[in-house]
Amino acid sequence: MTEVLDIIMAVKPVLGALLCLVGGILAIIGTVGVLRFPDFYTRLHAASITDTSAATLTILGMVLLAPSWLIVFKLAAIWLFLFLSGPTGSHALANAAHTAGLQPVIGRLRGRVDSSGEEPS
Amino acid sequence: MGYFIGLIVVLGALWLGLSGIYTPLLLILATISILLCLILAARLETVDREGAPYARAPQIIRYWCWLIVEIFKANWPVIKACVSANRDINPALVKVKTQCESDLAKTIFANSITLTPGTVTIEVEGNKLLVHALYEEDATPESFAEMDERSRRSVDRRATDGNEQVSA
Repeated sequence: MTEVLDIIMAVKPVLGALLCLVGGILAIIGTVGVLRFPDFYTRLHAASITDTSAATLTILGMVLLAPSWLIVFKLAAIWLFLFLSGPTGSHALANAAHTAGLQPVIGRLRGRVDSSGEEPS
Repeated sequence: MGYFIGLIVVLGALWLGLSGIYTPLLLILATISILLCLILAARLETVDREGAPYARAPQIIRYWCWLIVEIFKANWPVIKACVSANRDINPALVKVKTQCESDLAKTIFANSITLTPGTVTIEVEGNKLLVHALYEEDATPESFAEMDERSRRSVDRRATDGNEQVSA
């Protein structure tokens, strides 16, 4: 029993660091998406990767690296707050853009490389 | 009264978890701060079914677990769209009808849509939601039906009404 526990304790920091790394990579991917997508609404979708999976994986990694249960509780509270406030903020942004009359780009965009969202002439 | 007890339990657990120092002085200060929060919440009249929905906690937690899996599943297409060399997206605006009746259920449903990568709720009007989706083919009304049904069941109690609506 103690051997199993030892193995778990040895693997835990490595796994935590790995999860943090994957979360960081996902955050970078989300940022790349924000820069590449054509208009405001599609950029929101790219940012939601950073909001959801990147944040979850990073916090999960930090939980595995945490020295005490108090830290785990605080990380859980942060995660809960992110998941409750994130969509509210996204919706507020989207709703404000919609109310202001910003028209989204509709239809398939295959291989278009200009970042302005306008049809290439 | 039940809502107040739920709020006291949640605030107490939050304080105990965040503090970590359990000396008598700090425990007294915690009691005072919790009481202050309760008085403020009572004066704001936010301690009701929406402000303290802890009676439905088991159902909401079950819904939450299901939602996390859905969110991770929905992440893949968006990640692929972000990094693929050929930017292959098909944005669209979709109208989604919801069966949710209470404001809390509607909020949970709309926020679930926003939380899922690839779809954002732009506007809520009555029982219709305006949703912007990254892929038109993924945002059919059927794809939202299960989320709608689950969020309605997790908050609105009346399951039989919904079944009649589905069969009608």
